[in-house]
Amino acid sequence: MKTPLHDVHSGLGASFTDFAGWDMPVRYSSDLAEHRAVREASGLFDLSHMGEIELTGPQAADALDYALSGKLSAVAVGRARYSMMCNERGGVVDDLVVYRLGEERYLVVANAGNAAEVSAELVRRAEGFDTIVDDRSAETALIAVQGPTSAAIVGAVSDADLAALKYFASVPTTVGGREVLLARTGYTGEDGFELFVANADAAAVWQVLTEAGEGHGLVPCGLACRDTLRLEAGMPLYGNELSADGSPFAANLGRVVRFDKEGDFVGRAALENQPEPETVLVGLTGGGRRAPRHGYRVLQGDDEVGEITSGALSPTLGHPIAMAYVPVRCSEPGTTLSADIRGRLEPVEVVALPFYQRR
Amino acid sequence: MAAQSTPEELRYTEDHEWVAERSEGVVRVGITEYAQDQLGDVVFVDLPEPGTEVAAGDTFGEVESTKSVSEIYAPLDGEIIAANDAVTATPELINGDPYGEGWLVELRVADPDTLEGLLDAEAYQRLTGS
Repeated sequence: MKTPLHDVHSGLGASFTDFAGWDMPVRYSSDLAEHRAVREASGLFDLSHMGEIELTGPQAADALDYALSGKLSAVAVGRARYSMMCNERGGVVDDLVVYRLGEERYLVVANAGNAAEVSAELVRRAEGFDTIVDDRSAETALIAVQGPTSAAIVGAVSDADLAALKYFASVPTTVGGREVLLARTGYTGEDGFELFVANADAAAVWQVLTEAGEGHGLVPCGLACRDTLRLEAGMPLYGNELSADGSPFAANLGRVVRFDKEGDFVGRAALENQPEPETVLVGLTGGGRRAPRHGYRVLQGDDEVGEITSGALSPTLGHPIAMAYVPVRCSEPGTTLSADIRGRLEPVEVVALPFYQRR
Repeated sequence: MAAQSTPEELRYTEDHEWVAERSEGVVRVGITEYAQDQLGDVVFVDLPEPGTEVAAGDTFGEVESTKSVSEIYAPLDGEIIAANDAVTATPELINGDPYGEGWLVELRVADPDTLEGLLDAEAYQRLTGS
């Protein structure tokens, strides 16, 4: 599948990769330069592969309280929340950002690889509630501007009051005369914005942002740097850190599971009865430049104790960083473990997440 | 994707390495423009010590980018006689100049005739569809 911006990317000389069936830009020139641009200036991303599902109606809030792990009825209009869809076993179907657009209107944003399943599950789970589930993914493009200069760029092309637009908030506005939903959210660890637009307006909005970004160091960015950016920020990636068989508690996402909300929700019984997790997600840092990668073994002495879920040489920090599930007894920051990097054991140290936090 | 350059005078392997004859029986080895483009920014290179005996197809090092890691293979039987220290210190030379400053090792080949068994530029271009 191609996003409405595919031709724009080709024109910019992007290299493409398959991501969940989508032909997406992996980089335009250099992943390191793109990564640095987001940390020091700003990057422009096409995230149109992600899923956008709207729920409207008097019981939209109740339906989401039942369908998801969070208490979405408590989210104020104009605000957003990081949440999860769990299965009956308490495993993670997907991690999501849910925007409350109105008293009776929500937008659920799902990962590309899970969008169809999330959409179908929302339809199923909303049965019996007075709400309409409308999968808008095919008509909706998503463009992100991420980085310390992003507010200056977006502020130059929109009338929205950005000072009033808090982190995890959204507001409808126009950019270059096109209607957008402007959200202050992202997946990079920087200040940033995500703009939901109709497919037909995507290229125009991309162009307006590109022009506004001149003088602010804005560069188009591919999925390669998106992955290293989110890893530095300690953010989980579905399929790496999260899975249908994994526990939200082991992933340190207990705060996203709201047992205190009224009524049942899918996965509640299983999650309430889940024993304390035996393994937990930790951050690891290493010396040198060889990075532990997804699937590599983690050892304590000669004993295999876990597996790397994501890892890379951190472009910002200059040393290897990784996340891994390890037994609770090995999870204390400062613990020395080792990673089997293609047959060579390299020492790694357990550290608190995130690896990188913006000032 | 940008057009890939495939110099006519070089030989190639199916593992996306190039081989240049430097003098009788001595070749220089690197990875191709196509390979570096697929890898992305190279951040780490591990090369064998000079004096290492290798057989064609042996893994003798690795080239790692932010995104992935690629093993490098001996294109021919022989002995490593030089490793490019500049590329170990500055791995991005591989991205910037894969056929020049980004070379990896020099090899004294056991049998110079085996060079003829490698791909020529045309065959390599067919392999990469470029």
